[in-house]
Amino acid sequence: MSEDKRTDRKGDLSGAVMVVGAGIAGMQCSLDLANAGFLVHLVDRDISIGGNMAQLDKTFPTNDCSTCMISPKLIDVASNPNIRILSRSEVTGLEGEPGDFKVKVHKAPRFIDLDVCSGCGECIKACPVEVPADFNLGLNKRKAIYRHFPQAIPSAFAIDKIGSSPCKVACPANVSAQGYVALIAQGRYKEALALVRRDNPLPAVCGRICTRPCESQCSRCDLDEPIAVRDLKKFLADWEVKQGEMDLPKVKEKRPEKIAVIGSGPAGLSAAYYLALEGYQPTIFEALPVAGGMLRVGIPAFRLPREVLEYEIDYIKAAGVEIRLNSPIGRELSLEDLREQGFEAVFMSVGAHKGLRLGVDGENLPGVLSGVDFLRQASLGRAACPGDRVVVLGGGNVAIDAARTALRLGSREVTILYRRTRHEMPAYEEEIEEALEEGIKIEYLVAPRRFIADGRQVNGLEVIGMELGEPDESGRRRPQPVAGSERVIPIDGAISAIGQEPDLDFLEPKTDLKADRRSRLLANPLTLQTSIPWVFAGGDAVTGPASAIEAIAMGKEAAISIGRYIRGEDLAAGRQREWSVAKVETKGLDKKSRRRPPLAEPTGRVRNFDEVVGVFDEAEAQAEAQRCLSCGVCSECYQCLEVCQAGAIRHDMSAQDIELRVGSLVLAPGFKPFDATQKPEYGYGRYPNVLTSLQFERVLSASGPFGGHVQRPSDGREPKRIAWIQCVGSRDASIGHDFCSYVCCMYATKQAIIAQEHAAGLEASIFYMDIRAQGKGFDRYYERAKKDHGVRYVRSMLSRVIEDPTSHDLEVQYFDEANNLVSERFDMVVLSVGLAPHPAAKALVEAVGVETDVFGFAKRQELNPLATSKEGVFVCGAFQAPRDIPDTVMQASGAAAEAGALLAQARGSEIRPEEFPPERDIRGEEPRIGVYVCHCGINIGGVVDVPAVVEYAKGLPHVVEAQEFLFTCSTDSQGQMARFIEEHQLNRVVVASCSPRTHESLFRDTLRRAGLNPYLFEMANIRDQCSWVHAKDHDAATAKAKDLVRMSVARAALLEPLHQFPAPVEQTALVIGGGPAGLTAALNLAEQGFYTHLVEKSDQLGGLARRLRRTLEGFDVQAWLSELEDKVRHNGLIKIHLQTEVVEIKGHVGQFKASLKSGDRVRSVAHGAVVVATGAEEYQPTEFLAQEDERVTTQLALHEALHGQGDPLAGVRDVVMIQCVGSRDEEHPYCSRICCSQAVANALRIKELNPDIEVTVLFRDIRTFSLKELYYKQARDKGVRFVRFDAERPPQVSPGAEGLEVLVFDQILGEWLSFRADRLVLSAAVRPNAETKHLAGALKLPLDSDGFFMEAHLKLRPVDFVNSGFFLAGGAHGPKFLEECISQAKAAAARAATILAQKEMMVGGEVAVVDGERCVACLTCVRSCPYGVPQLNEEGVVYIDPAACHGCGICASQCPRKLIQVQHHSDLQTLFKACHLRA
Amino acid sequence: MPEKYEPLIIAFICTYCTYTAADMAGSMRLQYPPNVRVVKLLCTGKVDVLYLLEAFNCGADVVMVSGCEIGDCHFLEGNLRAKERVEYAKTLLDELGLGAERLEMFHIGASDAPKWAAAVETMTRRALELGPNPVGRKRPLPAIEEQIGDLMP
Repeated sequence: MSEDKRTDRKGDLSGAVMVVGAGIAGMQCSLDLANAGFLVHLVDRDISIGGNMAQLDKTFPTNDCSTCMISPKLIDVASNPNIRILSRSEVTGLEGEPGDFKVKVHKAPRFIDLDVCSGCGECIKACPVEVPADFNLGLNKRKAIYRHFPQAIPSAFAIDKIGSSPCKVACPANVSAQGYVALIAQGRYKEALALVRRDNPLPAVCGRICTRPCESQCSRCDLDEPIAVRDLKKFLADWEVKQGEMDLPKVKEKRPEKIAVIGSGPAGLSAAYYLALEGYQPTIFEALPVAGGMLRVGIPAFRLPREVLEYEIDYIKAAGVEIRLNSPIGRELSLEDLREQGFEAVFMSVGAHKGLRLGVDGENLPGVLSGVDFLRQASLGRAACPGDRVVVLGGGNVAIDAARTALRLGSREVTILYRRTRHEMPAYEEEIEEALEEGIKIEYLVAPRRFIADGRQVNGLEVIGMELGEPDESGRRRPQPVAGSERVIPIDGAISAIGQEPDLDFLEPKTDLKADRRSRLLANPLTLQTSIPWVFAGGDAVTGPASAIEAIAMGKEAAISIGRYIRGEDLAAGRQREWSVAKVETKGLDKKSRRRPPLAEPTGRVRNFDEVVGVFDEAEAQAEAQRCLSCGVCSECYQCLEVCQAGAIRHDMSAQDIELRVGSLVLAPGFKPFDATQKPEYGYGRYPNVLTSLQFERVLSASGPFGGHVQRPSDGREPKRIAWIQCVGSRDASIGHDFCSYVCCMYATKQAIIAQEHAAGLEASIFYMDIRAQGKGFDRYYERAKKDHGVRYVRSMLSRVIEDPTSHDLEVQYFDEANNLVSERFDMVVLSVGLAPHPAAKALVEAVGVETDVFGFAKRQELNPLATSKEGVFVCGAFQAPRDIPDTVMQASGAAAEAGALLAQARGSEIRPEEFPPERDIRGEEPRIGVYVCHCGINIGGVVDVPAVVEYAKGLPHVVEAQEFLFTCSTDSQGQMARFIEEHQLNRVVVASCSPRTHESLFRDTLRRAGLNPYLFEMANIRDQCSWVHAKDHDAATAKAKDLVRMSVARAALLEPLHQFPAPVEQTALVIGGGPAGLTAALNLAEQGFYTHLVEKSDQLGGLARRLRRTLEGFDVQAWLSELEDKVRHNGLIKIHLQTEVVEIKGHVGQFKASLKSGDRVRSVAHGAVVVATGAEEYQPTEFLAQEDERVTTQLALHEALHGQGDPLAGVRDVVMIQCVGSRDEEHPYCSRICCSQAVANALRIKELNPDIEVTVLFRDIRTFSLKELYYKQARDKGVRFVRFDAERPPQVSPGAEGLEVLVFDQILGEWLSFRADRLVLSAAVRPNAETKHLAGALKLPLDSDGFFMEAHLKLRPVDFVNSGFFLAGGAHGPKFLEECISQAKAAAARAATILAQKEMMVGGEVAVVDGERCVACLTCVRSCPYGVPQLNEEGVVYIDPAACHGCGICASQCPRKLIQVQHHSDLQTLFKACHLRA
Repeated sequence: MPEKYEPLIIAFICTYCTYTAADMAGSMRLQYPPNVRVVKLLCTGKVDVLYLLEAFNCGADVVMVSGCEIGDCHFLEGNLRAKERVEYAKTLLDELGLGAERLEMFHIGASDAPKWAAAVETMTRRALELGPNPVGRKRPLPAIEEQIGDLMP
């Protein structure tokens, strides 16, 4: 986008950017943008940021701890006021245009309030639900409420809830069945029972007679049998009785309102109970002499023992419910009377106690009974034996109960007659079974016609046979009489149990209470309010005969309505619930049979009314509960609510869809490791000891599933032999993953080294095709792994992995280099899985509307590596192509530069400055020191006795408080530290943990947030310089840690507050080098609005790129370069200095002065930041006749020729290329990264020009990493020959008349092969150039051991120099492809912009100060300062400019009178520390 | 040599080079003797002869100073100043009878972790050979004690 276009649109440009994906790429990009004045919305799907890097144990090639690196970054992101993290969020739509987008974001609920959660972790202990830990790739379990790792940001926990469990939704009372089942599984019966009672006050009753709709919906029905939910509930209720202590209900403050409940059945009882809990005063009026309604007089005692019901009624009474027996409502006590007595509302729950009539002749004969009457009389002890031979008419539970009761009352022959078949019978299967066991007969397809009497007493029943016709409205097939099938059954008694209905005879005829034809009271289905506003109704009286649990549910709802009615609130508001039902996939799960409680012996049990069904013992209950599949993940057991002190849990939180306005988007959705089950030959998912590499990272990690102990999942044994299998999901066309995943060779090498550290004597073997060690320091690392660590590298083609099923050992079968099939046995196999685009990226690209390639990576845009197909939307990281961390970080900063350039005009428009609490004045206070010692997982705690160090610290002078932390850098530890500072009024803090280089700024910020000056902080490095380096001597390491803490405490006592002050920033950039990197950096800086000096020592721009025609991918370099050059030349903010050298840079970050020398003229330019992009050069080889024979050339020269004029291949038949010329040797032990691809590109070009030419590439490893692999494959497909040689036996070249003779030693054949060549092409190394060496000296910039510039940190600061204000880009940093130079140049520009965007920056602090009073102006300091900062001022004393002082302290130690002190590093502070060397 | 002699080494090292290397030694899990106690300085240019003498006074058996490689000093020439002062302090140690070999200057670049481990190894071995520092007051010089005043344990 051109400058003008942007200016035009200034008004509607947004100053905000959305970064999607919060892995290391997203975080770096966000930080750079936020620090350059843009508001960032950082969106991630997961509950915390950090991405894949957070899961890594160590990183290659330095073995730095990944967590240690990433956690300060996490905190930087979290504490940056310009970054807003949207976790658990996804982009769902994009509208608008670059500079002014509207993004739709879907925020899934976290169920925990981010602002309230303190991260204490109490909820984890309370949660009963265990699921495979995703962060540990399923190697262990985590809870449904969780956090991925202690340092996670946001630090708040989250709940995984994918809906409500089907059992809960199916239950009319919505009891959290999954919840109490989960609690039972953990043996937490008291909590489980309390959870039931939350929604159902009758657990013992329902544990026996519930119709258990929950079980019918259980997900296990799809697999085997449902969980025995009812039996588990019974177990719980009985457990409490057995314990002997009733868990009394907690009742709210008493309220004056009285409520009448008519009927003491389940509906009345539960309504009264829940009203009582709210503090109301309910009174139950019961007509009968016993309480319980149908539970008491409808269900026989052998199913529901009386004492069980009594217990539950007592429980309800304990809540404050009064029950008045023998108190019928009717003539003596009318509804109006109740009103007059002060009852504010009435709940009618009178049940359905009136039996339905058969409507046949003889129904009124003596001996013909109604089922409900019979059961009631029996329950009240008033029933006699109904006769020797009894028939029961009906097929429901009442029929079965009546039949079994008759048996127990002495009937000899009891027959149930049912007019349909057993299939239609509504009674429960077990009840039917139990009845049959007891000797009851059931006849199906018979209906009564008339009762026959012998005199007054019934003695026969005429029945007729039935058959099933068409289904009726109930869906059951309608029975129809079969003509002529009449017969008479001789009987002594009959019980009719075909149904019942409410008996409303007690109501006054004139009542306003309305009922339907079948005497059912009419009530609003949601509120249960009747036609009389103050009267509510529920239970069977409203529904007709239904289940107890339905009645309970209605009673509970009625209590809510009545409460609202009394308080004058809307009865209906918010009560319509919509459920999202969670259902789990049961495919592939193991079957486990359901447990059944014991039953009493049939012969014995029919003689009494004792309970028939037994109860689980504890072991059975737990085992049954463990069958639960945790459908909803969260079981909604609400245990977390109980323990959360902060009150952060929100189970009713719902998803939100929001819209945000941003000017640009950066997509960084990252990768997901390849799914290894797609390669079944390796046995992943079937063999327990076959792990993926990411799983193995977790195995190695101290915070992983095994606490850092390397062990086999099958038996916990430490493996002795581990095999790594490379390229699983990479370089594999069979699964559509043709590309190389870039990082696997190095991470396998790292894992092998680290695993050996963890498990002494471990043999590590890596099975590979090519070792791709193309990054900085990689080859050295690889060599060290081979030589120092004895890691075995086996070049091979893997066949398969077979498991020994008894030992779970693994046999790896492979073809070696000579193509022999070899088999080896290992204890463990690690699959080096490749990187695939994250599946979530698919939805993202659809929502945003950008294009992807065949693999799903973002489609590449010419030489614009960070652009997508959509303008204003940028991309970085592994979603662009597989890459490692430094390259990802570079791209991330580069993407920030792109967005920054687009939105330069709106910079600063949406941000706010960071605020800290006012600083506490500690003047005059005695030192009060707090000491915090870190375990760092096991990094420190595994070696140093941390508790001993803490105890020791407590005894040191001025120490008022000492604590240990598992991870001191975690957010909750930080929070605790801030609280301790407050609580103990600390005025100095010492942290003993890792290195101040990485963590001091973090802890200083903690002090600031706690109101302390950040300089009142001191750190003891007991990890990097103690536990890690004295790992074997625990005592000595502990003693050393104590010494270091003592020394730090001593210094801390002398620390003073220190303040910085603002100094202006020269908002101008200096870019050194006019090659592609320098041009790109300069242009981006200018586009970001910063005036830029571009210095080039030669007389033209373009650098090495001038010699490049096409990239491997076919992009036209010259067209791109001339366009770039054109833009640079015409940008008004860029001043080009050709034939100019930088001789010196003085000053400091934000305020530099560079001396630019052009010819004899030297001019000085002011600037605030520097980008060094001086490039590299191609090595000019001397080997292989390079300087002697003109047929020998280099890849670069060949490239130029192949794209040049004329016929470069005239007369050429054979071309031979030799790789690694000047690379990977003793003197230059690094890989030049680009040459393999250069060779492939040239080979392809030759084949394009003349397919008949034979091209042979002699190589050691082909390193066409990432998507460049596709071209390697293309070259092979086109017939290019690749022949491997060993470094020990390099090829030999001799001249000949018929072409050069090239000999190469073939490892497999064990002999020299000869090739003739018309052209011998040397893949010459990339070397640092003279300019780099010169600048390193002139500007004091550090070089690495290969002579390239050294970055501040290999992984996370790949474009920064240690020297603040200096940034690097391009070949000067190391060998690079053109598109990588471009990305890095943009990255450097973004990093520089973080400085240049500020008008002023804070200076001073740790600088030298002169005691002017006593200075005698001897000028020693003036002479000794390397920067010439001290100056004699007008008063004749020396003055040191705090903005210019570097703080090195050379002047201070030279001052003969000791009148110069470096603040925060005074002599006394240092000496005092040294003085405490010995205890 | 008494059996319990466990030498103590104090090392004054600079942030940018040697301290980085020492951290890196940790990352690489290089193992070296646990006798060294590091005092981090921004630059070895800050090393004062007073520091060196005081370190011995307080019980160090040997003292090491380690800065950037020659020519690589982040502050241009701090390591050169340090080198001069170490040389001078060595003459004082000889005069005192402690012996110059109890003090040594090193130059260790940020990426040279093995060199740091080796330097500590060397100095530990030397301390064992030389035996305990015969001064070993283990208290600061009176002048320092006076300045610290109330803060003294």
